Amino acid sequence: MEVSYTPLVIIVIYLSLLLAMAMFSGKLFRGTSKDYFVASHSIGPFMLLMSVFGTTMTAFALVGSTGKSFQIGVGTYGLMASSSGLIHAACFFLIGIKVWAIAKRHGYVTQIQFFRSRFESSALGYLLFPILVLLVIPYLLIGVIGSYRVLGPMTKGMFPDLFSSTGGSLPPWLIGIVICGVVLAYIFAGGSRAAAWANTFQTIVFMAMGVLAFLLVSKAFGGLSAAIEQANAAHLVRTPSELEITTSAGKAIRDIGIHPVTFLTYMFIPLSVGMFPHLFQHWLTAKSAKTFKLTVIAHPLCIMVVWVPCVLLGLWATGVFSPNPSSAWPPPAFKVIGGAGDAEVGKVLSVMINMLIHKPIIVGLVTAGILAAIMSSLDSQFLCLGTIFTNDVVLHNKPEGHFTDKQQVLIARGFIVGIVALTFILSLLLKNVQNVFDLAVWSFSGFGALTALVIPALYWKGATKHGAFACVIAVAVTWIFFFWKSGWGGEYTVAHIMPVAICFMAGLISMIVVSLFTQKPSEETIRKFFVQ
Amino acid sequence: MKRWVIVIGFIVLAVLHQDIWNWDKSNLVFGFLPVGLAYHAGYSIVAALFWAGVVFFAWPTHLEEWAEGGDKK
Repeated sequence: MEVSYTPLVIIVIYLSLLLAMAMFSGKLFRGTSKDYFVASHSIGPFMLLMSVFGTTMTAFALVGSTGKSFQIGVGTYGLMASSSGLIHAACFFLIGIKVWAIAKRHGYVTQIQFFRSRFESSALGYLLFPILVLLVIPYLLIGVIGSYRVLGPMTKGMFPDLFSSTGGSLPPWLIGIVICGVVLAYIFAGGSRAAAWANTFQTIVFMAMGVLAFLLVSKAFGGLSAAIEQANAAHLVRTPSELEITTSAGKAIRDIGIHPVTFLTYMFIPLSVGMFPHLFQHWLTAKSAKTFKLTVIAHPLCIMVVWVPCVLLGLWATGVFSPNPSSAWPPPAFKVIGGAGDAEVGKVLSVMINMLIHKPIIVGLVTAGILAAIMSSLDSQFLCLGTIFTNDVVLHNKPEGHFTDKQQVLIARGFIVGIVALTFILSLLLKNVQNVFDLAVWSFSGFGALTALVIPALYWKGATKHGAFACVIAVAVTWIFFFWKSGWGGEYTVAHIMPVAICFMAGLISMIVVSLFTQKPSEETIRKFFVQ
Repeated sequence: MKRWVIVIGFIVLAVLHQDIWNWDKSNLVFGFLPVGLAYHAGYSIVAALFWAGVVFFAWPTHLEEWAEGGDKK
């Protein structure tokens, strides 16, 4: 079969456009550390919405949502999307705006600066720093490994002589270098502002490409009704059931549906946006508090625009890849994606596009959309890690003027390169081992549980330093325990309860109990953090 | 007063999110949307309207004024 290079050409054009935009935004860089870290608080409503939405939607947005819907069925939307519409917006309104106001008033650049000052403890920062970094790394891995899983199959057979060991596909190391290299290039060029510009562009691309894939696949089925009618009936309800599937390793059982308790306690996962350090940094780029208005209102709608088509695509795939197809067409290709794990179901979208559309240009455009979703999260995460390392470790306790603005930017860039290298190496080691989307849920669980720290910090004058330590330690200990019980990153619930709910409650109860019996914050701190 | 309206609205929406009555229903809305998905797509729109109401009627204007009058480092 003849191999078309068109998809690769489209990807190269897309990456070039991204770099060109980065170079342009780099021209706007004012050369100060404040401009590099928080874009001098200059980002307007539309760009804030696009960059916040693009950052919260990872590879999960297009690839994961389709795969999860294919795996467990129609409940995927309620489980992950509509709950996020409610909870994310609540976090933006109740946490984001208040954090922005406090940071603006007192000049904070990172959330660790905020917590150190609020809880009058330098040590709290040293406790939080490694926890935040360790929780962001799996999130970074989702993006980099996700790019291998998308670009590898897309380039299959393109370079048989050059990369014979991968069947002619681009090897993961090369994909990783290119993706990380492009992201590094634009965050080096313009820091937060470049990330906001690039995210805006990327968010528009992945939203448009998701809708395009949806329309073309539905057309291939003969319309929306025809597409849903051939779907597996068990996937159209949320009632838990089991489906026997055939994998390359033999027969396996896949769980379909969702238990109501899991569905309820999953609502703690979207709380993670209240503690994501990269989102905290995006909030601080806002020009004014009013800038948040559009984000708070439109975020649930943006989620709907991306997730409804993707969940439907996943449902349609249950008919295409059914073990007992209801008709002779489409051909039963169940073995293609018959694995029980996420590593296999993550291929659903690209396999559907390849099977049903047969147009290299569409394959290229949809792949560009998936890469856009991936890269719009990677950039913010890399940048925020450089920012917190510079401000919370290197500059902390140093007198003002110890490092020049240029030196601060240089230190941040150096740390970012180190983190990129670490992520790159880990992604190559884990690319075939881990179910990346399960790992992502563990990352979100950690951040979600840590909102037990930020909510009292903002709304309870009685929250104390010792309470904060107790909260963070309780969350860390319970999270590590459940992570271990899950086999270091698998799916895991306790009597159908998501571990995040237990970790959050452990943190919140520890905060309340310890705060009640320990020394209250000083009057000066209360005046500093609470509007009188 | 406004604060309590927001809290009650949020709790009502959180309860409405647990649509147990749709759990085992597979009928299609508009001929192509499974009811469990149609309900939650509608829920997203209601959530957006709720937050629009909060933004228009309970915007913390005082926070912005407070933020501008700071003691930046």
